[in-house]
Amino acid sequence: MSMRECKTRRLLTGGAVVAGLLAAAAGTAQAEGKGPFGLGAPVEEGDLAGFTTVQPDGRGLPPGSGNVAQGAEIYAQQCAACHGEKLEGNPAEGIGGPVLIGGRGSLASEAPKKTVESYWPYAPTLFDYVKRSMPFTSPGSLSDEEVYAVSAYILAEAGIVAGDATLDAESLAAVEMPNRNGFIPDPRPEHQLYR
Amino acid sequence: MRLTKEQEREIEARRLAEARLLAERREAARQDEECECREGMFPAASASRRGLLSGGSAMAGAAVAALLQGRTVRAEEAPAGAVLRDVPEDPTKMLGEAVAADGGYGSRSQFETEVRWRYPTANEYTSWSMTPLQDSLGNLTPSGLHFERHHGGIPTIDPARHTLFVHGMVDKARKFSMEDIRRFPSVTRKHFIECSGNGLTEWKKPTLKTVQGTHGLLSTSEWTGVLFSTIAREVGIDPDAAWVLAEGADAAVMTRSIPMEKMLQDAILAYGQNGEAIRPEQGYPLRLLLPGFEGNTHIKWLRRLVISDKPFMTREETSKYTDLLPDGRARQFSLEMDAKSVITFPSGDMRLPRPGFYTISGLAWSGRGRIQSVEVSVDGGKSWQPAQLDTTPEPVCTVRFSLPWAWDGKPAVLQSRCTDETGYVQPRLDELVALRGTSSIYHLNAIQSWAVAADGSVSNVHA
Repeated sequence: MSMRECKTRRLLTGGAVVAGLLAAAAGTAQAEGKGPFGLGAPVEEGDLAGFTTVQPDGRGLPPGSGNVAQGAEIYAQQCAACHGEKLEGNPAEGIGGPVLIGGRGSLASEAPKKTVESYWPYAPTLFDYVKRSMPFTSPGSLSDEEVYAVSAYILAEAGIVAGDATLDAESLAAVEMPNRNGFIPDPRPEHQLYR
Repeated sequence: MRLTKEQEREIEARRLAEARLLAERREAARQDEECECREGMFPAASASRRGLLSGGSAMAGAAVAALLQGRTVRAEEAPAGAVLRDVPEDPTKMLGEAVAADGGYGSRSQFETEVRWRYPTANEYTSWSMTPLQDSLGNLTPSGLHFERHHGGIPTIDPARHTLFVHGMVDKARKFSMEDIRRFPSVTRKHFIECSGNGLTEWKKPTLKTVQGTHGLLSTSEWTGVLFSTIAREVGIDPDAAWVLAEGADAAVMTRSIPMEKMLQDAILAYGQNGEAIRPEQGYPLRLLLPGFEGNTHIKWLRRLVISDKPFMTREETSKYTDLLPDGRARQFSLEMDAKSVITFPSGDMRLPRPGFYTISGLAWSGRGRIQSVEVSVDGGKSWQPAQLDTTPEPVCTVRFSLPWAWDGKPAVLQSRCTDETGYVQPRLDELVALRGTSSIYHLNAIQSWAVAADGSVSNVHA
């Protein structure tokens, strides 16, 4: 292979050709608010409107509110078929909906029962998950108000909020979940397993 | 006499029917001659599949029943991924299939029956299917046998309408079409993906019979895509950003928070798998690939990356995929997959027909780099012999290993144990349980034991 072929080949297979092109293109692209490759398009207003992005401190929770009584009605219509009338879950073939409440104090036992009540560390996660992924067969169909309401109902049945509670962005983020401090960072790799 | 078209068709149909009948008779005769041990050594229908039926799975029905009967029904119905063709007595005495008569996309032989096995969860839309490792050859998993874990079924996505949004703590929030994404410089790398729930049934006692059941949430592919670091440059990342939320476009709208360090190190936005577009069940048209991280984080049908300073604490990274310890606390963001290996031949539910020569073979892998070495024991871990590495170790990729073995016909316990390039040695189950208890569900990477009985039958044991 000649020097020239070798060089061409390296350029074609490596990043060098890209770097060269980028140097030439970068000036124009960045002047237009683009990245070095000038690919894609700016995110426009409204593009992100359909997305839910909730964080545990409550960032991303939408406006609106819902109360326990409203939540009980929505739960009966939308949730009970899979999660049970009393939030006890429904293991039936074709359903397999998990239990939502109970299990406090069981985590260190031989039969830990992991539920929203006993295990979930952050209440905003409940809103986030129900809003995105529930009801199972028609995900994303509940309004923000309905999700606040059904979250309030589940948390009330779990004994975490009062039976007459109304939840909104601020109050949901302020809910203290029983297992809030139950998680530790991953310590692996376990040094005991090196020889 | 000139036959009408209709008569010609009728004669052809009769000829086909008779040929099929003959083939069935031959098949039946051949089956009678076949010893049980041969069926058992490479089971056409694994125990897990039988277990599936008795478990009352929703996958029951004619198709599965046909599969379970294996060879007898082959003359009637082709296995998944195959096309049924008449089998000539002597293939040198007649023409074969016409070129490109398959429509331009090939299929496997009608004599190959291995399939993914769906774990019998109550709901078949949130469930998983496992790779038939007992039949695996070499190192790569065929795309159609790559394990699956879905939380809301498999979406059908038109790539022309698929958009990836990258926003949050960036200089320039941007959206990319699939055409944009394919225009970026790409990388092609071989990596395994393993679900951290692989082996979850095996903590307390040996439960599933086959290696498909105990280890089948492991698959290896060659992946092609654009590095996240390339996209990061395109949008400009805020120096205070530390986490990225990846979101899928399925009914579960699956989300996981990924450390920025990992994203910039080697995350791939993958659109290619084994030389073609990713399969729908693997995330078509775009998935996240995080070499060495637990499978759940490799978000499929990727539609959004949100850059942030903190993790989002989604349902999957709090209530699931956290590892409960005996004291009631749980490890969180246990993302890397520890080094692990398993013997795939001989393995559970097979039967060795007689004493003599066999090649023990298996797979080893580590989420932290290359596999350095693999050892095999045939006496339950009392003594170890170095195995041969049949493929070149690559970072965060499986290797195929093997060891020649002369079985003396006495009971034996086969084990493999690997060491990765960080010096981590695959532990025994009792070592893991001492550190983590038996309720952590995820990240079981202990040494697997297969007991070979004097009659040659192989079973899953804790030894």
